[in-house]
Order: sequence, then C-alpha cells, then structure tokens
Amino acid sequence: MKSLHSIGKYFLMLGQVFRKPQKRGIFKDNVFKEIEELGLKSIGIVAFISFFVGGVVAIQTGLNVDNPWIPKYLIGFATKRSIILEFAPTFMSVILAGKVGSYITSSMGTMRVTEQIDALEVMGVNTLNHLVLPKIIATVFFYPFIIALAMILGIFGGWVAGELTGLYSVDDYVDGIRLDFKPYLIRYALIKTMVFAFLIATIPSFYGYYVKGGSIEVGKASTKAVVWTSVVIIVFNYFLTQMLLG
Amino acid sequence: MIEVSNIHKSFNDQLVLKGVSATFKKGDTSLIIGSSGSGKTVFLKCLLGLFEPDQGDISYDGRHVIKMSTKEKRELRKEMGMVFQSGALFDSETIEDNIRFPLKMFTNQSEEEMLDRVNFVLNRVHLENVNKKFPAELSGGMQKRVAIARAIVMNPKYLFCDEPNSGLDPRTAIIIDNLIQEITDEYQIITIINTHDMNSVMEIGEKIIFLKDGLKKWEGTSQTIFKTDNEDVTEFVYSSDLFKKVREVYNKD
Repeated sequence: MKSLHSIGKYFLMLGQVFRKPQKRGIFKDNVFKEIEELGLKSIGIVAFISFFVGGVVAIQTGLNVDNPWIPKYLIGFATKRSIILEFAPTFMSVILAGKVGSYITSSMGTMRVTEQIDALEVMGVNTLNHLVLPKIIATVFFYPFIIALAMILGIFGGWVAGELTGLYSVDDYVDGIRLDFKPYLIRYALIKTMVFAFLIATIPSFYGYYVKGGSIEVGKASTKAVVWTSVVIIVFNYFLTQMLLG
Repeated sequence: MIEVSNIHKSFNDQLVLKGVSATFKKGDTSLIIGSSGSGKTVFLKCLLGLFEPDQGDISYDGRHVIKMSTKEKRELRKEMGMVFQSGALFDSETIEDNIRFPLKMFTNQSEEEMLDRVNFVLNRVHLENVNKKFPAELSGGMQKRVAIARAIVMNPKYLFCDEPNSGLDPRTAIIIDNLIQEITDEYQIITIINTHDMNSVMEIGEKIIFLKDGLKKWEGTSQTIFKTDNEDVTEFVYSSDLFKKVREVYNKD
C-alpha cells in the first residue's frame, strides 16, 4: 500500500515538474549547471571504468575461446557486442545511479531539511520545475554522449589488452569489431540510456525532495534512492530489451 | 489585512491546530508566542500556504487562499517575504546572488538595477562588503540580516519571521528585532513573527497572540501581557526568574 502511495506521489511530482519554466534565462543557466554537475563531472569515472572493464571483457573472452576451430576475431566481436548492448548503457547507468543519484538526493534532501526549498516556495517558485526539470534535461540529453564515450573506450580497452597480453592479435580484434556491424544496436543502446537517464534524474529527486527529518534521514534517503534507481533500471532494461530487440 | 478564521490542521491522527482565528493589520508587528509544540510554526506555515488547513479560511486583503489554484497561490506568494529560523540561505550561492534571486526570477530588471537594489537592501540591514561572501562565511546574526534583506528585496506586503532571533546572543537578537520593527513601520507592511523569546515580546510586541496545544489562549499587547490573569500565559511568561522579577517591578508600580 505504501509502495503504491509512493508510486502515485512520484507521478504527481512529474506533473509539477513538466511545466513551463517561470524564467527562461534562469532555467537555461540551471541546465548548464546540471550538465556540469551531473554530466561533465562523471566523465572521469566513466572513462576509467569503461577502459578497464573493456579490457577485462576481451581478456576473459580470449581465455575462454581456446578452441582452434573458433576464429580469434570472435573475441573482438563478442567484446563489441557485450559493451554496446549491455555494459555501456546498463552497467554504466547503474554506476551513474550510484554516483549521481546519491548526489541528487543528498543535495535536494539538504535543501529540504535546511528549509531552502520552503524559501523558494514562499517566493512563489515552482520548486519541482525549478530543481528537477534541469536535471532531467541535462541527463537525458547528455548521458547518450557519455555512454557513447564508454562504448569507444571499452572497445579501445579490449584493443590495448590484446596488445599487452598477446592473447589475440590486433588485426583479429579489429576484424571482429568490423564484423556484422548493425547501427540499430547503437540506437537501441542510446534509447535505453535516455530512459535510464530519466530514471537517474527523477527517482533520486523524488527521495530528496520529500525527505523529512535531519541529516540521518537524508543519508537513508540517498541509500534508498540508489537502491531503487538501480532496481528500476534493471527491470526497465529487461522490458526495453524485449520491446526493442525481441 | 490578513484574516484567519477557525483553522484546523492535523498530521496523521494528531490535531496540531484546533481552530485558531486572528486578524493582522497593516503596519502592525504581531507576535505569535507559545512553547515548543504549541502549533506556532504550523500556524505560520498555514499562513504561507506551505501547509493546507483541513478546515477554516485565510484571506489576504479579501483574497481567500483556500479557493486559490496553485498558480494563484504562487502569485500571492510574490507579495510575501519570509525569514526562516535557520535563515534558509542558498548555501552554494554568494550573498549577492541569494538576494538577487527573487529579482532575477520575477522581474525584468537589468543587471545594474538588480545590483543597486541588492546594495540598497544590504545597506538597509546594515551590512557592508559581504556581496561576494558565502553564507557559511558569515556569523549567525549576519545570516539573519541577509535573510531579512532577501525577504524585503521584492517590497513585500506581508513579512513572516519564524523565530528570527533564535540562536543569537541577546544584543544581536535585539538588533534583529528592532530592524524588523523599523522595516514594518517604514514600509507599512503586515509583519507576523513566531517566537518564544520574551525579550522580543517586550521589544516589539504591538500585538501578541498566545498559542497553547493548538488553541489561541490569549491575545493582547506587550503592556497587557504582564498584567493578565490568564494562567496559561502567566505560566509561560513567568517560567524564567528574570520575568518573575519583572512582574514584581510591575506590581510595585
């Protein structure tokens, strides 16, 4: 019953979020601020993880493909497919849910408990529109670039791993990358990313905006926000995969 | 004029306001007093529209809040200024940006005009050279003054203060009280202050409303509060030794 109440409250929140911004100039500034906070500041961790996980995926595949009848270019092919289809859009989104989600909930939760949101309300500001919509715009339109970067760096990580370990040749790896290239799969991954970005912006905002109490409650809300965002991403991933590829 | 009639407010099963009525006039500084848990903050938040009363009516110069849409409420709030107990300054923004925010949001003033206005209100609350500082760099009293500056920057018709001098030393508290009183007189606004500080009552209590257990138990002025026989009020007022001595002086007079 409580969960149903929360889901209803979440959709009512979205109703207030998707309103015309009260002042276009302020809204534009907020969007750029959020692109910096939620997007640009996440590039480092995304790049680091993508490069190394890409390398590990390629090494693992290489170690498990020791049958002489299986061509070595399949290592590059498998690495590319797993990075584009799942690792970059889903795995990276779960990581971003942790990093960005906790930031959103704790910053909004702190604004709530220190009455900064009340101060905005009293001024006549639509606080949900003012605080949440820029986050949605920033993540939904910027995360596809981050995930595209994760794909490139992941595949590059596999290439470097081949060079360093000698498990497979660079030529075989590149042949595998070029094999059966389907642009639709990139589109599928970016559509998933945009849906996940929406969830990463809105679920933690919901937990932060409606927090009650003090610093401990803000901490608890951050944890809940990260857990639920990750769970919802995984569930949506299942349905989106079925819808778009099934 | 703000007219409040018979407002009730409950949270879950707990009835916090049990039918409070009051009238607040232009140019008056009114104090809502009472112990912690008496319903003062809920009453103020109902006036601000942050809580919706379960029953009763609130009207601002004939405009009934209960019947208003969310958009109309937001329009009305542009006529209000609020000083929160914590100051509620935006901690990631400079003092200048904090005060400029309402101007930027709701007016079409140029950058120069906004800066002039910011400097004017900062000057009005006796603060200088703080424009580029962040709230955390200021003392509690200075933060309260910035909060007052932000509250009056849009020339509000109604000013609300939630325990504006809590956590301040007595001298700074008196400065803040006097500042609010001066601003009320100067701009002829309606000011409502929530407090449990008896010094404020003595300094600026033109009209005092005493709340206990969600009910209005008494209404009067700083002159009559020390002479009332109302047991709830005397219990609250004379809970400190200092005011027991004040009563002795009053009785001698």
